[in-house]
Amino acid sequence: MKPVYLRPKSLTHTVTHYCPGCTHGISHRLVAEVIDELGIQGKTIGVASVGCSVFAYNYFDTDFQQAAHGRAPAVATGIKRVHPDKIVFTYQGDGDLASIGAAEIVHAAARRENITVIFINNAIYGMTGGQMAPTTLEGQVTTTSPFGREHGVQGYPLRMSELLAAVDGAYYIARCSLHNPVQVARAKKSIKQAFQNQMEGRGFSMVELLSTCPTNWRMTPQKALEWVEKHMIPVYPLGEFKRGEGE
Amino acid sequence: MSQPILMKGNEAIAEAAIRAGCRFFFGYPITPQNEIPEYMSKKLPEVGGVFVQAESEVASINMVYGAAGAGARVMTSSSSPGISLMMEGLSYIAGAELPCVIVNISRGGPGLGGIQPSQADYFQATKGGGHGDYKVIVYGPCSVQEACDLMVKAFDVADKYRNPVMILGDGMIGQMMEPVVFRGGQGEGSLPEKPWATTGNEGRKSNLITSIHLDPEVLDAHNWKLCQKYKAIEENEVMYEVYREDDAEWFLVAYGTVARICISVMDKMRKEGFKVGLIRPITLWPFPKAAFEQVADRAKGFLCVEMSTGQMVEDVKLAVEGRAPVYFYGRTGGAVPLPRAIEKRMRDVIEGREPVVTDYLEGRGGGVK
Repeated sequence: MKPVYLRPKSLTHTVTHYCPGCTHGISHRLVAEVIDELGIQGKTIGVASVGCSVFAYNYFDTDFQQAAHGRAPAVATGIKRVHPDKIVFTYQGDGDLASIGAAEIVHAAARRENITVIFINNAIYGMTGGQMAPTTLEGQVTTTSPFGREHGVQGYPLRMSELLAAVDGAYYIARCSLHNPVQVARAKKSIKQAFQNQMEGRGFSMVELLSTCPTNWRMTPQKALEWVEKHMIPVYPLGEFKRGEGE
Repeated sequence: MSQPILMKGNEAIAEAAIRAGCRFFFGYPITPQNEIPEYMSKKLPEVGGVFVQAESEVASINMVYGAAGAGARVMTSSSSPGISLMMEGLSYIAGAELPCVIVNISRGGPGLGGIQPSQADYFQATKGGGHGDYKVIVYGPCSVQEACDLMVKAFDVADKYRNPVMILGDGMIGQMMEPVVFRGGQGEGSLPEKPWATTGNEGRKSNLITSIHLDPEVLDAHNWKLCQKYKAIEENEVMYEVYREDDAEWFLVAYGTVARICISVMDKMRKEGFKVGLIRPITLWPFPKAAFEQVADRAKGFLCVEMSTGQMVEDVKLAVEGRAPVYFYGRTGGAVPLPRAIEKRMRDVIEGREPVVTDYLEGRGGGVK
């Protein structure tokens, strides 16, 4: 019998702490598959952020550094400047990347840091229990926007891919979704592209992944996937926002 | 021995760091330390190193975290308000046990304060500054030469203990020009192995740099392990000088720029027949308690002089343990104590007079404790 679906080599044999139905498992697997396929496990250094993915290093079998909240792009800069021949990626949520770490991500892109960023956008703070994120949708109820996000009070959702695509140093910016198998396959293609760009020295690449948080959205996993398609994608359209030309 | 070169403190510190094998510098502009990043931006590329001007001090210290975790000899420099911004990162660096060097060419605070020399960051440097139980090894050089010598030592000590080390200078040390001889230092070939660094897991198990331990038992054990390390540092790394230990009865206590002024005061007063000595801590943490033990049997009193409203004086009192009175004199905000003001205060201490502030300050602000 020939196995057709195995655990990627770049994932450890550890049961994750993620909630049932959460798409972190999918995005971890996609990143690990890409690392395997590109044959870069032994030279990859990951940077974990603060949020649900704070323990990402337990699941990836590569060298890892755990960064302070929002600072993963700065930490990755330090690593990459020391080891320009290694592959450095950050794995950050929306609170980490779009709120407290907004300066670090913009300037990592502006400096044309040759790193890969995996940006998990689930429109909420998961780890701390469902507070409002910069990416929370208008009208979305969270524990700190209990009456729904209202733009006159809490402003508008922040579109990071569009914002970063406007930065000259960014080479590749794409937004994908994990709400169905077709989109998962597309997401993998973008993630692979983002790692390949780094291997070719092309500069800053980021893939934003629209993700679910069934627990804090208070939905079943199935409903959460539908919510991504129905409510998130209209606000966060999918696609490649920037794809640099060869240099 | 090479010929002394006349150099500005900040530039000399940067040159000493390069000679010590530092090849990575991440920093952000702030007065009065700008000559350090400026020098590094020009010189590091010449030796195959990397200079990055970060978007903030917050980013600088986290770049240092990444580079130190990746095994590099790395440093940053800043001045007081910028160092405050680095305190979060410093706590993570201490927790993750990463070796690096931070230079604070400190200025007057609190807040934006001023840009003139100050020693008001003593508490922040020696008592933690960031959150959690941790210690940073802190050197307080009193000359450009000593700053350079300590710069070389700082990198070695950081690597030896996997701990951040701070050079706590002040605007005077950074801006003053003095002759300096570069000595010590390491070629890149002789730097210690760092098998724990994140360099890619090819041929070995994965390495992890982290400061998170959610299990209380694990974090407790980690903190006590750190505590043991700090104890070893206290046993092995204390540095200080005692001047006129032979016959002194009254001791000035000062570090950095102020110690230089106090040496002049001591010399003058000795000519006038006062048995004055000086204790000069070089490591501010670990604090040199041994210096006070050394003179405890005959010391009649200590006068601690600082460019602050009285910070190190608390450690002096802890070291003296009530065996003799401890007095204080300080100027702040960039004002540097005048030799004649220190002398007047010391005479009042010796002759048992109550201090009159205006006597020391010639009509300007300042204080005693």
